[in-house]
Amino acid sequence: MNINATLIGQSITFFVFVWFCMKYVWPPIMHALNERKKQIADGLAAGERGKHELELASKHAAANLQDAKQKAAEIIAQAEKRAVQLIEEAKNAAKIEGDRLIASAQASVAQETVRAREALRSQVAELAVAGAEKILRREIDAKAHADLLNAIQDEL
Amino acid sequence: MLTEALTSSEYIKHHLQNLTFGHLPDGSWGLAHTAEQAKEMGFWAINVDTLGMSIFLGLIFLFLFRSVAKKATNGVPTGVQNFVEWVVEFIDTSVRGSFSGKNDIVAPLALTIFVWILLMNLMDLLPVDWVPRLAHQLGLPFFRVVSSTDPNATFGIALSVFFLVLYYSVKMKGVGGFVGELTLHPFGKYGLPANLFLEGVNLIAKPVSLALRLFGNMYAGEMIFILIALMFGGGIGLAAFGGVLQWGWAVFHILIVLLQAFIFMTLTIVYLDMAHQTSH
Repeated sequence: MNINATLIGQSITFFVFVWFCMKYVWPPIMHALNERKKQIADGLAAGERGKHELELASKHAAANLQDAKQKAAEIIAQAEKRAVQLIEEAKNAAKIEGDRLIASAQASVAQETVRAREALRSQVAELAVAGAEKILRREIDAKAHADLLNAIQDEL
Repeated sequence: MLTEALTSSEYIKHHLQNLTFGHLPDGSWGLAHTAEQAKEMGFWAINVDTLGMSIFLGLIFLFLFRSVAKKATNGVPTGVQNFVEWVVEFIDTSVRGSFSGKNDIVAPLALTIFVWILLMNLMDLLPVDWVPRLAHQLGLPFFRVVSSTDPNATFGIALSVFFLVLYYSVKMKGVGGFVGELTLHPFGKYGLPANLFLEGVNLIAKPVSLALRLFGNMYAGEMIFILIALMFGGGIGLAAFGGVLQWGWAVFHILIVLLQAFIFMTLTIVYLDMAHQTSH
């Protein structure tokens, strides 16, 4: 319990330890601590930013979806309209074609009728001439009555 | 008990004697084998146990912290790094709280003081006979494990702190400013002697109170451990009671050990802060 040179030794030791601590212990540890603090702060900020971005993106996506739906609805409406129009057009075309066919059929029927009548007329005339000839061969000369026969033929 | 022949008073005295190296009466240098020899060595002697233990513990502290500092990363800390960072963070907070100036030495100084004194104090929790008995086996007559129960150690640290306080007082305020602070306050220049006396006492009280507070607390704690250890020689009943007491006192002493290291550190920071304040 005597005060002696230990006092000086202790002081020197103390200063050496403090010096070492100040030089080699404190700065690296504080550096690491501050680095980590910064890293954590950055991480938190990045997280916040990410959250914000996600919000924006989801808003954007919702808007896009809305837009797409609207467009699709428009396209469908247009297509329906077009379909109706096409059907209308087809109907009209069909009607026109049908009318045309009917008209041409009627025309050809009329033509055939005329032709048949012509043929019948000539045949009837021939028959009448043949019949008259048979009758008259016995009584009259064909040449003498030719004028008469022609007049009949014209009348037919 | 070290040897059966020892009386209680001899046992206590033996435990309170440092292992001193110095100039022996016969003219040679060597270890003192009695308290009288140690006393006769005068100032130029060294308490080998005090210095040895404190350097040993200081090296443990520096080695531990340096090994962490070398591979300290900003990644996830593990094991020892966690602990060391926790201590460093604690010291850093204390320094930021009490020290308003800007000086890079204060935080490492506080860390060194806190951990070093804490380690020295913690040696008090070792059973009082373990190390002296081991030393006895090695042929050393005395061995005090707790460096902070030696006033040489506590005054050594406290005077170093005091030196720093003086150094930074002069550095920050200039010689004139420092002298002015000592002489012109609180009664103005006409009360100069009274000022000098008051401020002088104030100044001197800093290292003395620092050193004596730590020494007194640790010395008293050690003393109680020694007294409890005496009970182990008094029959089985007393020994059992002593065991309970020792355990209880050790638990309580953990508080003192921590508290004294913390107080020493905090007061050091505060004194240095006062030294840095340019306006009184």
